[in-house]
Amino acid sequence: MNTKRKAEEIVRYETPTRINHWIVAISFVLLALSGLALFHPALFWLTNLFGGGSWTRILHPLIGIVMVIAFALLGAKMWHENAMQPRDWQWLRQIKDLVNNREDALPEVGKYNAGQKLIFYTIILCLIGLLLSGIVIWRAYFAVYFSVELIRFASLLHAFCGIVLICAIIIHIYAAIWVKGSVRAMTRGTVSYGWAWKHHRAWFREVTKGQQK
Amino acid sequence: MALQSLDIIRRSATTLPEPQARGAHAGQVAKLIDVSKCIGCKACQVACMEWNDLRDEIGSCTGHYDNPPDLSDQSWTLMRFAEYENPKGDLEWLIRKDGCMHCADPGCLKACPSPGAIVQYANGIVDFHEENCIGCGYCVTGCPFNIPRISKKDNKAYKCTLCSDRVSVGLEPACVKTCPTGAITFGSKEDMQQHAAERIEDLKSRGFAQAGLYDPMGVGGTHVMYVLQHADQPQLYSGLPANPKISAIVGLWKGISKPLGLLAIFATAAVGFLHYIGIGPNETDEQDEEAARRELKNELEKTP
Repeated sequence: MNTKRKAEEIVRYETPTRINHWIVAISFVLLALSGLALFHPALFWLTNLFGGGSWTRILHPLIGIVMVIAFALLGAKMWHENAMQPRDWQWLRQIKDLVNNREDALPEVGKYNAGQKLIFYTIILCLIGLLLSGIVIWRAYFAVYFSVELIRFASLLHAFCGIVLICAIIIHIYAAIWVKGSVRAMTRGTVSYGWAWKHHRAWFREVTKGQQK
Repeated sequence: MALQSLDIIRRSATTLPEPQARGAHAGQVAKLIDVSKCIGCKACQVACMEWNDLRDEIGSCTGHYDNPPDLSDQSWTLMRFAEYENPKGDLEWLIRKDGCMHCADPGCLKACPSPGAIVQYANGIVDFHEENCIGCGYCVTGCPFNIPRISKKDNKAYKCTLCSDRVSVGLEPACVKTCPTGAITFGSKEDMQQHAAERIEDLKSRGFAQAGLYDPMGVGGTHVMYVLQHADQPQLYSGLPANPKISAIVGLWKGISKPLGLLAIFATAAVGFLHYIGIGPNETDEQDEEAARRELKNELEKTP
């Protein structure tokens, strides 16, 4: 891979994963902006970013498809690393230590901590909800096949899942800003030994096991 | 009708008042459709397509009198024919002129996300402004009467305007003008209610004990009303809803969920911001790097 990498760095995300992540991320931002524009009249002006109301209505579901496909690939890759383990539940019970930056008091963490895992599952559930309800309310192609009662329910579900997903992603983005050195994992693909040791010690041990240096 | 009419009392997806200097001081308007007088000639359908310059596609016979089979972007009104066998064993032909009911509390307007695509005038008419329509179909979702139709050609929503252009210059709607039996009448809502009361009295004297006015309060009353022979069973008239109202789910979706949703988003962001200001970032310092190096060294010593 990258031979110019410094010695004291660990690869956390390979290039394809990073590209995939940013396809999901950019799609999400576009979807959140266009979705909120149609969700609340106070935010209708956001449709100007997409070329007006009709273009927003046309583009939103198409971008949604891109996001679902891209996340499906990302999620499949990360699925096995996100299984909840006993130590994760203990980690969640000590959430106070986490938010107060007393990470040393917490159980060891693998590639992902319990918070990241819960965000992962929240995203999956929301995307399933958004995809299914989105198809039902996609007026141009599919809405005609569903009863108005189902369309009403799907409209509400779509809004609910959208709000939950936006809140979850705000937490995800904040966590990356809060825990310094995290953003680099998704931009350059690497983290420092110290970062891995501090935040994901079990994963650090796993990837450095038997390392010849 | 033009947006500069200064008599808009409600506008979709809008939080501030609209131009409303002019009111309907002569009273709100209403169209009264007396089903008992209708002979099903479809002149109203023809008048509608003539005045509004609409031409629906020539369809094929579907085995009943309804023609076209359903409302469409080109057919804003439609006679729906129902054969009803009454308890006496007689056949009654209940012919209902379907179309927009012009609700006082319009579900379409409540659901519409595009500012000014749906307006309600002071006189009670609910009108679609296609230039503002984005084609999302939320009006279809919001309507308790299954009226709006999205055009396949331009993805805009269409429905009966109650001839708002004619009414604004003092004319009656085209269907009213053309009706040969006087089954459709137009005037102030008060006058129409009075006229309906006379008709109902007449129908009752002719053996229709349950005759009554259809002006459902669940949607705040409507500006298109029916005189029904069987007002206790409106569903006999090709599924006219007995108690139409804006669905509770639509109410939730377009009501409390909007402020709550935005609040949730802002609150989440605010908690993050305050956490950063109050507790601060979680940084990896030199000690952590040192500890990682030390551990790695020990690890290397263990492995031969």
